Amino acid sequence: MAEITYREALRQALIEEMERDENVFLIGEDIGRYQGSFRVTQNLIKQFGSKRVVDTPISEPGFVGIAMGAALQGLRPVVEMMTMSFSILAFDQIINHVAKIHYMSGGQFKVPMVIRGPGGSAHQLSAQHSHSVEGWYAHVPGLKVVAPSTPEDAYGMLKTAIRDDNPVIFTENPNLYGLKGEAPTGDDFTIPFGKAAIRRFGEDVSLIAYSRMAHVCAEAAAELEKEGISAEVIDVRSLMPLDSETLFESVKKTHRAVVVYEDWKFGGFGAEIAAKIQESCFDDLDAPVLRVGGLNVPMPYSRKLELLCVPNNNDVVEKVKSLF
Amino acid sequence: MKKEAVEPTEAGTESPAELVRLFREMLRIRVFEDQSIKAFRAGLAGGYLHVYSGQEAVAVGWLSCIRNDDPVITAYRDHGHALYLGCDPVAVMAEIMGRTGGLSRGKGGSMHLYSAAHRFYGGWGIVGGHTGIGVGLAFGTKYKGGDQVTHLFMGDGAVNAGILYEAMNMASLWDLPVVFIVENNQYAMGTRVEYHSADPELHNRAAGFRMEHERIDGMDVLRVRRDAKRIIEHVRKTQRPYFVEIMSYRFEGHGAADVEQTLYRSPEEIEQAKKRDPILLLEKHMLEHDVINKDELEKIRKEIQEEMEEVYKKAAALPHPEPEEVYRDVYTDIEPEKGH
Repeated sequence: MAEITYREALRQALIEEMERDENVFLIGEDIGRYQGSFRVTQNLIKQFGSKRVVDTPISEPGFVGIAMGAALQGLRPVVEMMTMSFSILAFDQIINHVAKIHYMSGGQFKVPMVIRGPGGSAHQLSAQHSHSVEGWYAHVPGLKVVAPSTPEDAYGMLKTAIRDDNPVIFTENPNLYGLKGEAPTGDDFTIPFGKAAIRRFGEDVSLIAYSRMAHVCAEAAAELEKEGISAEVIDVRSLMPLDSETLFESVKKTHRAVVVYEDWKFGGFGAEIAAKIQESCFDDLDAPVLRVGGLNVPMPYSRKLELLCVPNNNDVVEKVKSLF
Repeated sequence: MKKEAVEPTEAGTESPAELVRLFREMLRIRVFEDQSIKAFRAGLAGGYLHVYSGQEAVAVGWLSCIRNDDPVITAYRDHGHALYLGCDPVAVMAEIMGRTGGLSRGKGGSMHLYSAAHRFYGGWGIVGGHTGIGVGLAFGTKYKGGDQVTHLFMGDGAVNAGILYEAMNMASLWDLPVVFIVENNQYAMGTRVEYHSADPELHNRAAGFRMEHERIDGMDVLRVRRDAKRIIEHVRKTQRPYFVEIMSYRFEGHGAADVEQTLYRSPEEIEQAKKRDPILLLEKHMLEHDVINKDELEKIRKEIQEEMEEVYKKAAALPHPEPEEVYRDVYTDIEPEKGH
């Protein structure tokens, strides 16, 4: 296996799926001639042409609706949101239309489309470009929602997303694009949804996260180990469908759980995980399920304040230590 | 004795048989709607019920000129389109009643009729929200190299929704074969067009997108057909979008719950509009041209009345969905988590 970046893994998955199926096309703002604001679609317009790499006006509701109509015609659009924060503009299309048509039509229509892009905070993008959207979308029946943390997952899960007959929200943390890792490319490797990855085995506490927070938890686990606490790190990867079984098995073993997520702590997806563990593993728990989430404030611009808002390994370590 | 061919009056060169067929189709929609109102009043239909009475010439006139592989999409006042396209009226009524056997398995209701078999893409409840999807249907056609034309219907209330402008821009920018059809029944719920649109000539909105546009009469089914044929042929040939505003009138309230129409329009105004009732206009045309006589008309009325009463009875006799149905079709492959 070759070592590639998360960004390159995504690009490679797009290329292979576009080569495999001519119904797959890309649509979004500045993904063609400009080469993509995060360069995930770099050079793709040269390879596939403007028919299959479609530059749109700045019209999120419009091009999400158009992609959906194309999907109803049997195409498999991959919509790039320049940032997932802009998907909020298309909330009506995604929630009222894309997510519901299969149900409302009694199963007559399906919408095989992917909406992907960077979600979460990065380097001082400030309040309107830093949203973690995954919890909002995971709340909506009819949408699948995934948030891969490694190049391998980015590659394998994007291929799965494109082949899925359901609409998939695919969020990429902008801090991860440059992350290197081993990933199979050039073959038919895919990663199924609904299967969490155990990134590290441990005995004393389960750290449950996804996307960039999975890395933060891995760092925290390494530090905890020095203090004699053995942490298991579970990377949820797929929020909907959610692999509850792996979470529950881990908690039954460790008897403690801390859920870590970058989204606003109040009402974020981590609350759902915490509630699920409490509902299903109450007798196995030696301590309450705790959460480490983003501060409940709009993302500030100042680097110092921004870093304060997003959970880091120290926040996780401190929270874990409070359980013992 | 019938004449072999009918002289065109204002429009149309339809054969006598075709005129009778158009008459029957419009009347079927009208009588179906009377039955749907009956179902609502009887408590057999819930939610919102937006009936099509008064606008029959639009759906029948326009859709009688499309090709059967052309996609059609509309908003929530969708019964007429579904019926004309050939959906089983029992399935449509069953959907309105939320029953098993409904067009959308009882999941959509009156506002969300869909029939993949008839290339009928609904049936949408967010005003203007479906316009992007309609343009996407045309995008799909172009991508696949087909020559279908998408017929994208909306009400006049939709013309002030932002997504319509995004959709119109991309439709024109990318040369997509779609007709934006505004059924201007003159009221967005209870707000008359003059109170909601800075330019009440709604078709003018298309000018800024370099799109051909015009306003046509929607009460005379033959005129609708004359214009629809020309426009659809033009769009199929040019592969360019077109914007048409069809002037119509809604005889009933906005929805079944709209019981105080006098708050926003006068009974006199409704009576005046009913003088151009599309069904009566065609009836008059057929009588004047000896296409049909009063006895034959009466026979058709009776037949359709009986047919639709039967539709009502059959739909009402269908069972309600089983509880397990609630989890079905959320996803194509997985089930949602069960229980409360």
